[in-house]
This record gives sequence, C-alpha cells and structure tokens, in this order.
Amino acid sequence: MYETNYHRASSVEEAVRLLAGAEDGKFLGGGQTLIPTMKQRLASPSDLVDLGGIAAMKGISDEGGAIRIGAGTPHYDVATSDIVRNRIPGLASLAAGIGDPAVRHMGTIGGSIANNDPAADYPSALMALGATVVTSKRELAAEDFFQGMFDTALDEDEIVTAVIFPVPEKSAYAKYPNPASRYAMAGVFVAKTGGMVRVAATGAGQNGVFRIAEMESALAANWSPSAVAGVTVDADELLSDIHGSAEYRANLVTVMAKRAVAAAG
Amino acid sequence: MGVEGIGARALRKEDKRFITGKGKYTDDMVLPRMTYAAFVRTPHAHAKVTNIDASAALDMPGVEAVLTGHELVADGIGNLICGWMIHSKDGSPMNMGAWRALESETVRFAGQAVAVVIADTQAQARDAADQVVVDYEELPVVVSTTDALAGGAPQLHPEAPGNLIYDWDIGDEAATNAALSSAAHITRLEIDNNRLVPNPMEPRAALADYDAAEEHYTLYTTSQNPHVARLVLSAFYNVAPEHKLRVIAPDVGGGFGSKIFIYPEEIVALWASKRVGRPVKWVSDRTEAFLTDAHGRDHKTVAELATDANGKITGFRVQTVANLGAYMSLFSSSVPTYLYATLLSGQYDIPAIHANVKAVYTNTTPVDAYRGAGRPEATFVVERIMETAARELGLSPAEFRRRNFIRSFPHQTPVIMCYDAGDYDSSLDAALKAIDYDGFPVRKAEAASRGKLRGMGLSCYIEACGIAPSAAVGSLGAGVGLWESAEVRVNPVGTIEVLTGSHSHGQGHETTFAQLVSERFGVDTNAVAIVHGDTDKVQFGMGTYGSRSGAVGMSAIVKALDKVEAKAKKIAAHLMEASEADIQIEGGELKVAGTDKKLTFTEVALAAYTAHNLPEGMEPGLKEGAFYDPTNFTFPAGTYACEVEVDPDTGKTRIVKFVAADDFGKIINPMIVEGQVHGGLTQGIGQALLENAVYDEAGQLLAASYMDYAMPRADDVPSYELYTTETACPGNPLGMKGCGEAGAIGSPPAVINAITDAIQNNNLAMPATAERVWRASRGVMAQAAE
Amino acid sequence: MTQVAMTLNGKKVSANVEDRTLLVHYIREAQGLTGTHVGCDTSQCGACVVHVNGRAVKSCTMLAVQAAGAEVMTVEGLANGPELHPVQAAFREHHGLQCGFCTPGMIMTAVDMIRRHNGVLDEDTIRHELEGNICRCTGYHNIVKAIKAAADQMVAMRTAAE
Repeated sequence: MYETNYHRASSVEEAVRLLAGAEDGKFLGGGQTLIPTMKQRLASPSDLVDLGGIAAMKGISDEGGAIRIGAGTPHYDVATSDIVRNRIPGLASLAAGIGDPAVRHMGTIGGSIANNDPAADYPSALMALGATVVTSKRELAAEDFFQGMFDTALDEDEIVTAVIFPVPEKSAYAKYPNPASRYAMAGVFVAKTGGMVRVAATGAGQNGVFRIAEMESALAANWSPSAVAGVTVDADELLSDIHGSAEYRANLVTVMAKRAVAAAG
Repeated sequence: MGVEGIGARALRKEDKRFITGKGKYTDDMVLPRMTYAAFVRTPHAHAKVTNIDASAALDMPGVEAVLTGHELVADGIGNLICGWMIHSKDGSPMNMGAWRALESETVRFAGQAVAVVIADTQAQARDAADQVVVDYEELPVVVSTTDALAGGAPQLHPEAPGNLIYDWDIGDEAATNAALSSAAHITRLEIDNNRLVPNPMEPRAALADYDAAEEHYTLYTTSQNPHVARLVLSAFYNVAPEHKLRVIAPDVGGGFGSKIFIYPEEIVALWASKRVGRPVKWVSDRTEAFLTDAHGRDHKTVAELATDANGKITGFRVQTVANLGAYMSLFSSSVPTYLYATLLSGQYDIPAIHANVKAVYTNTTPVDAYRGAGRPEATFVVERIMETAARELGLSPAEFRRRNFIRSFPHQTPVIMCYDAGDYDSSLDAALKAIDYDGFPVRKAEAASRGKLRGMGLSCYIEACGIAPSAAVGSLGAGVGLWESAEVRVNPVGTIEVLTGSHSHGQGHETTFAQLVSERFGVDTNAVAIVHGDTDKVQFGMGTYGSRSGAVGMSAIVKALDKVEAKAKKIAAHLMEASEADIQIEGGELKVAGTDKKLTFTEVALAAYTAHNLPEGMEPGLKEGAFYDPTNFTFPAGTYACEVEVDPDTGKTRIVKFVAADDFGKIINPMIVEGQVHGGLTQGIGQALLENAVYDEAGQLLAASYMDYAMPRADDVPSYELYTTETACPGNPLGMKGCGEAGAIGSPPAVINAITDAIQNNNLAMPATAERVWRASRGVMAQAAE
Repeated sequence: MTQVAMTLNGKKVSANVEDRTLLVHYIREAQGLTGTHVGCDTSQCGACVVHVNGRAVKSCTMLAVQAAGAEVMTVEGLANGPELHPVQAAFREHHGLQCGFCTPGMIMTAVDMIRRHNGVLDEDTIRHELEGNICRCTGYHNIVKAIKAAADQMVAMRTAAE
C-alpha cells in the first residue's frame, strides 16, 4: 500500500469538505474492498476520508411502507436486524451471505453499492426491490444509480447516505458462489412489491447487475419456480472466466432464479 | 502428562504456544538494525532484460541498496541446482538450464526475480521496488506440456533443445508391448493431473544476519530441512562454508514439500546482508507465494491396461509428459521418475509394466515435490484406469481390484520396488464395510428421487515412504544420502533431550518423539525435550518430507536410545553389583530382575555425570548419537471410498461420505496420525474438486490469489471416517510406514471415480469443477429424461 | 505519521505509525504481539482475525488509525492468566491445530462465532461460519470438532451457572 493521509469525518458535511481539500481523495466505508485494492497497489488515493464515524449514516428504521438503512450499516447488522428479517427476509438472507463473518462486521451497504462490483450481492436487491439510493446530494432510483461494472451515478464528492427499500410481499435471494472468492458467480434476487415482480441478477452480467424482464413477466403471471425454469438469459451478455463460462453462468441464473422463487414461497 | 508411550493419544506438547499466540515463526523474529527486502519481479513470462535502471529507487527514502544479477555473479554466488541426476534412456544426462537467484539476461516465468531493494522498512522497500525501471524485450511463450514439445515451440534454455529435459523410461518395454498385443481387452485413458500450488498458510520468509567480525552468517528461514539448506547454500551457492553458516528453521507454518527447496530469495537475503552490513528480512506475500513457491503435479498421461479373459491384468503401458516449469527446482527431476513410475504397479500383481516419461521446460513457475510428489500422480493413473477397466469389463470395481491384488510378500514389481508387507484385502474390506458398499443402490435410488445423482468411487493406493536406502537412491541419481541422525542427551538430573534431524512444521514431533522416549524409559513426556531445526544444535539431518520422520527419523532415535540404554544398564549393574543382563528398565527405574534392588533413571544419570563410581574404563556422561540408513522404502497402503451426490442443475458435487482405511504399520500417536490423514484427504479433495493453477497463453498465472485459486474451505469437505489396519513394516525397528502423504495420494481418484459413476460419464477432467461436472452430466440427464 | 492509541488486550497502548499501517502490522510490529498472522493479501485466509469492539474483524483489512480509540483483543488476550479460554483448551484437546499458523485466527473466529450464536452450533453451521478462515493442515475435521465441543461446554457452563 502506498502512503495515504487518513481523516475521520463525524458528519456528512465534514466528509465532503475533507475530500474537497484532498488532492486525490477517496471515501472509506467499511474498507473491505478499498483496503485490499490499496494493498495490491491498484488504488493509491492521496487521502482517505473515513465515513465510519458518522453516526447519522448508521442504523435501520421502519418507515411504514419502506425500510431505511443507513449507508454505514454493516452487513452483519442488516442480516440480524429484526426489522429487515421480518419485513424483507430476502434482504436479510442476502446480507447474511456476503463475504464471511469478519467481513460482514466491517463491510457496509453504502460501500458495497458505491463500489458496484459486478459480483457483489447488494446491487441485485436494490434493483429487484426498487430501492432508492439517498446521497449527500440527491435521491436516485436504483435503476439510475447502477451504471455498469464498477460504475455508478455518484459524483467524486458524493456520498451514499442511506438506502430506502419498499417493503415487498415476497422476496428472496439465491446465489451460486465462486468457489475461490465466494463472490457471486450468479446471484438472483426476486421480489414482488405492490403486485409488481422484479428479478435482478448479479455476478453474471458483463455490465454488472441486470434485470430479467422475461422472468418478471413469467412470474407476474405465475409465481412459481416452474415459471422461470424455461427462461434463459442470453449468454452473449454474460461474464466468462476461469470459474465459469458465459453459458454456464446463464444456466446458473435460471437455476438460482428457480431457487429464489421457491425460497420466497 | 505422565508416561505416555507408543499408541497413546497424547495431547500435543507444542500446542500451548500456538493457541496462546506465542509461536515463533520466522516473520516474528526481529533483529537490531534489521532491513527489509522487496523483489522486483518480471511481469512477462519470457523476455530479455535489456536494461535495469535503479536510480530513481536509490533516491527513495530509507533505501540501502538495489542489487541485481550482475552484482550477484560478480560476487561469485552460484546458480541454483537440481540435486537428482536423471539420465535419459539413451544414457545422456538430463539437460539443465542455468538458474540464477537474480536474473539479469533472460527471464523465463512471470514473477521471476530481477532485482532486490533493501530498505529500512518493508513499505519503503516495496515503494522503491516499484520505482526500479526494467526494460524487457518480450519473447514468445510456451506454457503447456504438449506445446513445449511441438516443433517450432519457443525455446527456453540453449542447454535443452526442444525444451526436453529428459526422455526416461522404466520397466520392460518388449514384454509390455507383447502383453498389450495379446490382451483380451485394453483399457485406454488420457489423464491430466492438474497443477497445484502448495499453499502452506505461512508464506516463505528469511531473515539473514551477517557478522562481519566472525565472517559468519545466521539464517532464520521457513525450511523443512535446515541442514540440507545449509549444505546447498554452502556447497553450491558459495554463500559461506558450512561452519560459518547457521540455519535456523524455527516454528514453520506448514510445508507440504514447498519448503524443502532452496529458493532465490533466501540466497539473496544472505548475500545482501553482507552487502549492506545489516540484517535483511524478506517475507513473501501470498501473491509472491503463488508465483514463486514450487508448484506441484502437472502431468499429461496416456495409459493402457491390458487384461486377459479372466479379468487379470497382463500389462500396463504409461506415457507421461511432466511439466517442470521454467527451471529445475532442487528435487524436481526425481518426482515424475523415481517417485512416480516406480509406483505404477499399485497394489496389483502386474507381470509387465513400461513407462516413458518426458520432462519439459515451459514458461511457468518451477514444479517440484508437493505432498505426495509423484505418488499421487501414479495413484491417479492406476486407480482411474482400474475403475475404468472394471466398468468396461462389467466387473464390480471392488471385485476387479481383489482379483489382481498382490497377496504374497515380499513382492518384486516390474518397476524397481520390492513391497515388503501388506494386506490389501483387509483395508478394502474395512472401507467397503464402513461405507456400506452393498447398500449403495438403495441410497442412489433415494437420491434420484430427489433429482440428485449419487456415485461411489474407490481408490486402493500404495505409496513408498522414507525414501531410502542411501546407496540405492544414490545409484538412481540422488545427490544426497537419505538417512537420518539423532542424538539423545540424558542430563545429570535425568531429563532427556533428543536432538533430531527431522523437522516439525505441524507434524507434532515434540509429542510423538517424546512418547517414544517415554515408552522406552518410563519417564514423563514432560521430562523429554525434542530439539530440532537449528544447525548449531543438531549436528546433521536430512529433514522432513516424504513421510520419513517416523520411519527414518524415529528409527535413528531408537538406535541412539539403544545405546543410551545399554550404557545406563552397565552403570546400573555396576552400582547394584548385578549382572548387566539382569537389569530391566521399567517405570523410570532400572531394576535387578527377581530382586527388589533398583535405581531411578535419575540416579543412574547422575552417577554417569559424577563419574565417582563407574565401571572400569567407562567414559563419564550419558549421551549417544546414531545415524540410521533404512534398508528399504516403506509401503503404506490402503483403500479410500468416497460417496458423492451431484446436483445436476449446477454440477456441484457434495461429498456425502468419505472413508479412509489405511495401513501405516505401527502407530505412535493415533490422534496425530488421524490429523495427518484429515489434512492429506482435504488436499487431495481440493485437487479433485477445486484447485487448479491455470495459466493463460501469455504465461500469466490466472489463479494467483485466493480470489481465483480455490482453496478447500471447511464447507467444501465432510467429516471423515478413518480406520486403520496394521501390517508391521519389517524394515525398521518400530515397524512404522509413514502417514503424512497418504491422504493426498489416495483421495483424488476416489473422488473422480465417484463423480464419474454418479454422472455415468467417464470423460471428466480434474479438478471436477461444477461447470465441468454440469457439462459432463448434461447428456446423461437428457437420456434419463427420455 | 499519526499517534494511534487503543486498548489492546485490556491495556492502553499507543504508537506513532504511518496512516497506511494496517492494524495487523500495528499489533505485530508496533506492539510486538506476533500471535496475529498474515497469510494472504486478499482478506480471505483469516489468519489475522482479531476482535475490535467485541466483533471479529480481519486486521489485515483495517487501518490501525481506523481502530484508534477502540478495544482490540488478540489471541494473546484470550486466556485468563494461566487459565486457557475454553476455545483454546478445546483446540488442544481435539487436535484442532497442526502447524499453528492459522490457529490464532481460527480461535478468534470461533470465539466470535460462539458468541453470536449463543453457543448453539451444529456442524453445518460451524463449517459455513468458517468460510473466512483457511487451514491447510487439519482438513478442518478437528477444528470443527473443537469448536463444537467448546460451544457445548460454554452452554453447559452457562446453564450450570443459572
């Protein structure tokens, strides 16, 4: 890791100000991706502005029709929150399967979505649940927030402060992990919210998370695993690497969709 | 603790320091004025080095020096060596290319060291290493064994035309060809043995300290064999004469073969410590470990098994190409030859065997011994083809094996080995019973009702351990003898120190070896200390690899204990005015048989040192040393049975049950032996299902971190069921055979045989990743659905 | 350079380190506690697991400055004087270690696992929860046994105390 200057912010405003004062600064969430990247010398920010001390960015609240999760909330807290478990069980189970226990204690929802790793789990939940991303500047629909592999609508000096999830009638997530990294090779989140079905897949797409319209319409007509069993996504759009070809990932997307629907009940 | 002798499940004496965080590994050592080394490594797999510009790096904060191969050569540091000479079948010696610890002319694998930066802190060294500018002129690259031998392939070393290191054979070619041409049936298999990265959890490290006044070096390093390291560093690399070089291998965090070898980094650390006049520490990171620790396996084989009309094997022909990487590592040449082809008879009575092995250079990390070393590759060939032949012949795989088992001993195979003892039916029976082989069809049907595919696979392995005797291995090309030494020092207060040339890096020698002493003298294991891993303390030793510490290392201790016992009895007889023949050692006491006269071991020890009243002419003291050279290899063998369930939707394999029935001969500590088997099995299962050191065509290792190299985790493997059968090894005083590698040797074919049984498709490469299994099972599922 | 102070195994400590210093290097080099190990570069092997404010974290994936002011516990802080923590004792009793290198991280992970599950653990859960810890020696068999035994024992002790 190259040398860097560390700053700890206690408010969103202070964080933005600290970053503005840095030559080539970066916000630090839970650090579970950024720090390994810096260790590999693949990133070398002059300054790190730690968001971990911002109390206002932590916590989970039930706002009636929606659940608000502070961007600084670690995966472990999402996974074990009674609110999340009762109201969006698919999201709780997704959070419980990110990384490993130690990573879940540090990694945050805000950090995960701001990085938008194509193999990260959360983006699929945001897309399938029709979540709203709250930032230091604005509110964005998940659809508009994710813009492709490692790319989001965030400006350099913009901080994700919270994510608001509408409460669905049904939700579940199924993933097939990469045998080495344990990231998703294919993860599918299915949700039915206000009668509307959304299906989003992560880990498999060349451009990050994507929705599967054909599965959505099939499930809207018939919410059952068999409804998606015959739906396959186009392998040409999928990732191919030493762990799985695009064709295999296409198969996994269908299988995980079936399993997610079954788990959602 | 008390007296815990042979056979006791004694808890480990060494554990306390590890569970409390007090272990002392090389990276834990700190010396005053210590500097850190960071290596500049080529990103290219094959290139000419045209210029190295260190000027920017030298200006960085904290930098002491930037050193390259030019200085290394100027200082007379020798090339790395391969210590086992193999001759090709035409009698010519193997073709070995030069390997320098720092390469300044032509780099031949991605990650090879070109320069080293020495700086005050590790971070400064790494920062500066990034600033060393190396200009390369890229050369064409070859990575696969097949491509390496093809006409027009890029050439690695001028010394090895066609990239061929040797073209070696063993066995009777004419007899084997005759057997094949008259066979009732021939089973033919093409088999790849996937390349693996050993991955002990402690990365390699070295801390070198040069004392200018004494012209003496001390090297703390992650070694399985510190004396061999000292010998090689001294005799071949010209770092220092042996008496001016102390090598200490303190707590070492696993080895699995990869820490046998002497690598460029240790040589450079020693040399640099003299150059900069300060201690130099180097600690590998995991990426460096992937790129530079010697890899394992990487064979391509065609095997043909001839059988007669009765299902008896009549001949076996094997052709293998072994990828040794870009350079010949220390024992690399022996692995695909004498450690591989000599085991191709398996547990079977095969009248004719012929094997041809070609070893080739490629632009990849050097390959050498990794847990099992040659024997897993042999077992995979033998046990895959046995299973395949049984299926082709319509025989039960268990029955086909039984029909061909060796049942009389000693048994001379056609490939050098003479098996001394064994009972292969016993271990097969034990495994079949434990896995309920006969009840399998019911379980298979039950799984099918849930949409899952069940399969059963067997592997009846044999291996050769305790590599020896020295004269025999010498005649086969080994550059060293493969004996072991030990010294037993009884202190005046009766406590005992055992100095051993074996090295423990997880094997629990501090406990097992103490149990042997406890058994012999009836003393508390706490009164026994095992000293190892320091060339200043232990006179010489060959170290730990090849499952040799029990069969060879402990045999040396037995010999030394015999001498101590004899002297103690003489002293006791003299003191108690009895006949030496009447003295018995029991419960820590030396007794005169048939009387109540006795002396404690402590009293005898003290008498030896006070020397007030010793038998006439006897020297004072109670200390004896011994060297033990085995008379034969040992032959652990057993049967592994694996039951898998495949999810046809994803191709994911779950091991439902894994049974191991091993014959390790005499066992000192069953708890430790079981632990060795658990670990070996998991490495073998890792090879079968997960691990693959795969390169792209440009020679980049694609699986160079745990993000891409699938290490077995706790949820990838089951809990195991272990059984042991016992035929004592007649070749050593304790009857031990060795247990360190069996799990890794025997398990891969059991897993692959089970999966291919489940999916009813024998065409499945290792590792059997989920995608490969999914692809191989698709046609089968479609058929079943029709 | 920044003065970083924290409570380490119950003792207040402080050291002046570069901002890029990882917590594991702070513990090992600045504080001389070498029980916490580094086994990989990609936050996967778990040899470096320590507890920060009561939760298991990978100390190779956290800057020392991030832990400023925190309560940090390493394997050296687990035993109560000469009395081993039940998880340490179980690792020895069940031969849950061989070379010992992954062991401190395994033990710290196990203590955290038992706490989070209130001691109620079955084999599948233990294996799944060990996803972030790699051992190359034991094949996990005896690690799983040791954790199960320690968890059961801690539940029994709690029940007896009630």
